[in-house]
Amino acid sequence: MSTSEQSPATPERRDGMVPAQSGERTPAERGVRRGMFGVTGSGDTSGFGGLVRRPAWPEAATPPFGGWFDEVYDALQEAYPQFPDAIEKVVVDRGELTLHIKPEKIAEVCQVLRDDPALRFELCSSVSGVDYPDDPTGRRFHVVYHLTSMTYRRVLRLECAVPEESPRLPTVTSVYPTADWQERETYDMFGVIFDGHPGLTRILMPDDWEGHPQRKDYPLGGIPVEYHGAEIPPPDKRRSYQ
Amino acid sequence: MSGAGYAPVHETPEGKVFTVTGGDWDQVLSDLDPLHDDKIVINMGPQHPSTHGVLRLVLELSGETVTNARLVIGYLHTGIEKNLEYRTWTQGTTFVTRMDYLSPIFNETAYCLAVEKLLGISDQIPERAQVIRVLMMELNRISSHLVWVATTGMELGALSIMTYGFREREKVLDIFEMVTGLRMNMAYIRPGGVAQDFPEEAVKATRELLKELPKRLDEYEAMLSGNPIWRARTVGVAELDVTGCLALGVTGPVLRSAGLPWDLRKTMPYCGYETYEFDVPTREEGDVFARYEVRMAEMRESLKIIEQCLDRLKPGPVMVEDKKIAWPAQLAVGNDGLGNSLSHVAKIMGQSMEALIHHFKLVTEGFRVPAGQAYVQIESPRGELGVHAVSDGGTRPYRVHFREPSFVNLQAIPAMAEGGMVADVIAGGASLDPVMGGCDR
Repeated sequence: MSTSEQSPATPERRDGMVPAQSGERTPAERGVRRGMFGVTGSGDTSGFGGLVRRPAWPEAATPPFGGWFDEVYDALQEAYPQFPDAIEKVVVDRGELTLHIKPEKIAEVCQVLRDDPALRFELCSSVSGVDYPDDPTGRRFHVVYHLTSMTYRRVLRLECAVPEESPRLPTVTSVYPTADWQERETYDMFGVIFDGHPGLTRILMPDDWEGHPQRKDYPLGGIPVEYHGAEIPPPDKRRSYQ
Repeated sequence: MSGAGYAPVHETPEGKVFTVTGGDWDQVLSDLDPLHDDKIVINMGPQHPSTHGVLRLVLELSGETVTNARLVIGYLHTGIEKNLEYRTWTQGTTFVTRMDYLSPIFNETAYCLAVEKLLGISDQIPERAQVIRVLMMELNRISSHLVWVATTGMELGALSIMTYGFREREKVLDIFEMVTGLRMNMAYIRPGGVAQDFPEEAVKATRELLKELPKRLDEYEAMLSGNPIWRARTVGVAELDVTGCLALGVTGPVLRSAGLPWDLRKTMPYCGYETYEFDVPTREEGDVFARYEVRMAEMRESLKIIEQCLDRLKPGPVMVEDKKIAWPAQLAVGNDGLGNSLSHVAKIMGQSMEALIHHFKLVTEGFRVPAGQAYVQIESPRGELGVHAVSDGGTRPYRVHFREPSFVNLQAIPAMAEGGMVADVIAGGASLDPVMGGCDR
């Protein structure tokens, strides 16, 4: 059965994940796939429908992390007394250091990272968001900051997770004015609210747009294409391999 | 009213609104009461020849001085980042190449470097593929800077430089066409290497370009550098110092024109840039003229790198060995761009069932990328181009975010324009070299 025959009331997600329902969320694992071809609702004669695939997400690391990661970690600990309160976990993966920061502390952490002579992350390269509807801690929106230290030639990633019910965290525009538009874009695309931002309005979508397009439960849209009598469903309705 | 015909006026609760399409400014304003209407709000764009694509500026003027500048973007938003989540990792290159349409090779390379980092195959990319990537990037940097000097010249009234800039750029695009079959949006750089080999005829054409272009660059400089009008429009205009650049996140030629030699090719090398010999041109003045000088010097440095690339092109593979990742179809340039080579089609259809299955699996399903995230930054003609790619272990990207230099740099326009003349808004905005396709994505 092709996906286009399914009833539109229960749109099938291409990745087989169930969109998070606020209120009745159960702690889940991120990105678990079930089945093989993204088809449900028909009798499973192949047995592939019973497949479960769990991705191996990078695990939290403990010191020592190796390389300059320890220098940054120790310098931050020294320069910022509330550090144990602010840090959630540290991930070292693919040669990159990720600090998971409590959302309410992000502006303070950025201030220290920018100003401390041993850290000197002068440039906020990027602010963006990622939506994990089945985040195990129930906080689906992750705001990701990439900071570049021009003095030491390092790149550091900060990650803050906020729940859908109150997707708020302080702005870092007072530390990095360049975050202004990038936070507006994250608000526009994910609906994350940056408290204290000088003008948090939509930036890429029109002002009166409804919804936040980069959320995973926001449909891609598109219409079927007919060609020589055959109908090709839009990209998000096509069969996909799990 | 005097402006009737081309500047109709109508009353609104906020005041009089003029729709101006041309003509003499004094005439348009002749029936304004100077005591009550000393502040004017101008809407410039989004369809305006001097705003570099569909960029809209809202300017508050006091006389001819800009007191407030606000930017409105998003007119070219096409949801490329969202679309990527519904295609395989390889198909992604055909989308990202359409972001910043003046530097497609850079978008592709940054994206592919991120995918390769996620796959953990960064050190398996063949030497020849790396050299071709650098070669194509530097050719693209030249073509992008040529468009910059052409369009900026046009916007400041130097119309002939526009025709010359586009003429030379066409030569670069001819080489792109020889290599990839397409002038723009080539999707040539692929995860694991490049789509197909760099042909011998393109080497010849590039060598000819290397001979010709220095002469042309000298001609441009002879036309512009000493030209009193060009200098009047650019020297001391739209200044931004290093502190301002860093606070606003401005990178690339604009930052280097203020005196900081920050070039990711030197400071955080990728694709083997640390093995090439070239300089990072800088200036101290931080004005539009300094940005012009930096870009002209950068084109000469790119020519140096291209020459070294051509000397290094040794025969060899241009795609990773891993058959689970490498695109199975050998591609060939046809009349309408890159297509499957007939010999490959004959092989999978006629001789090898296994090759057909492999081809089908990899093309329709794609390869799996282990879960995790990666950030890659490269030096595009406009500054730091960053790619944040997230995988959930599947055959499609979970999230890809582009840190677009056009998007970030445009924030600097109010800092450059406010307090200056309205004519300098054009010069300042053009000196940032924004490409709205990249800005809005």
